[in-house]
Amino acid sequence: MPHLDAAHNLARWLTRNDADAADMVQEAAMRALSFFEGFRGGDARAWLLRIVRNTCYTWLRQNRAELMAPLDESAPDRAGADPERSTIARADRQALQQAIEELPVEFRETLVLREIEGLAYKEIAHVAGVPIGTVMSRLARARSLLRARLASPEAAS
Amino acid sequence: MTCAELGNLLEAYVDGELDLRSNLEVEAHLAGCAACGVEVRERLELRDAIAEAGLYYPAPRPVRQHVKQSLPGRPWPRALWIAPIAAALVLFAILLPRPGSRGLEEAVIAGHVRSLMPDHLLDVPSSDTHTVKPWFNGRLDFSPPVKDLKAEGFPLAGGRLDYLRDQTVAALVYLRHRHVINVFVWPASSGDRGVYVASRQGYNILHWAHGGFEYWAVSDLNQQELGEFLRLLRE
Repeated sequence: MPHLDAAHNLARWLTRNDADAADMVQEAAMRALSFFEGFRGGDARAWLLRIVRNTCYTWLRQNRAELMAPLDESAPDRAGADPERSTIARADRQALQQAIEELPVEFRETLVLREIEGLAYKEIAHVAGVPIGTVMSRLARARSLLRARLASPEAAS
Repeated sequence: MTCAELGNLLEAYVDGELDLRSNLEVEAHLAGCAACGVEVRERLELRDAIAEAGLYYPAPRPVRQHVKQSLPGRPWPRALWIAPIAAALVLFAILLPRPGSRGLEEAVIAGHVRSLMPDHLLDVPSSDTHTVKPWFNGRLDFSPPVKDLKAEGFPLAGGRLDYLRDQTVAALVYLRHRHVINVFVWPASSGDRGVYVASRQGYNILHWAHGGFEYWAVSDLNQQELGEFLRLLRE
């Protein structure tokens, strides 16, 4: 199956564990095959990721409802960063991973699709089923939260 | 451009999603504004940090195998790698039994080629379905469905009578840019049938049966656009 890595990567970030990610990929693959007639052409990766995403969201709502809290989508405050010291550059892998995993799921998926999967805004909009403006604002918010968490990890939890 | 204005464009700038003009405006502002420069730099650092951390989770081998095993004998549609609609057709072709009528394929291509000879294409040149459809009355013992796809970029050019498989059939002619698509239609001998795809002698051929009619479409148009045409016609 093509784009299986992309599918797994997204599922892993949304479910945050290996076993659930494997289940999600499996289910999404079956769905993709049965939906295939509905595929109107275009970006196959985004199309598949949308199915993965929706599969994961259904599962999260059923099994991790507490994580699906309403989202504060307001624009982030400007971080007012100190140019002399960059906490991001020093963040180690584990801190980074944890900080991303702690993002609300909508922000997490947007950030992962952009920074890790390398999708364009238009593709992310398709996967998440939101307008491009929302992609942009979620990305701004995700990055802002991430920077704040990396700057003061203890405050994040 | 003020810092606040730039704030709205920061993400798009960092992600290379701005148009050229906005991009230039942002760069002009950044040249004279250290604070915004820090905002940009932090985002780029974040990106680099994420990239360097290797936070990608490729599908592990067991997942890969499991997915493969759960789709027994069904090749994953090539569409997901290549021109999607074209391969959507390929998928159907894989899933469905071939009509097994090589002779008919050849006849369809011959009919198509013949139609392209001077003055052979159309008996009734008209883009109006209400002209083309009635024209067949009295010339055929069936009335072929005629669809107008002009708005979708496949204008109807007209129709003519043709002769295939020892019977008189309706040929509907659609255009796509400079390509001609011949659609041969006659009453189906059995029920509905999914799409069969073939390529021969540089022509793409589609065959399906729907609503009591058998269809053969042939054109030198690429498979992707032909797939689009097929979808519209079947809708």
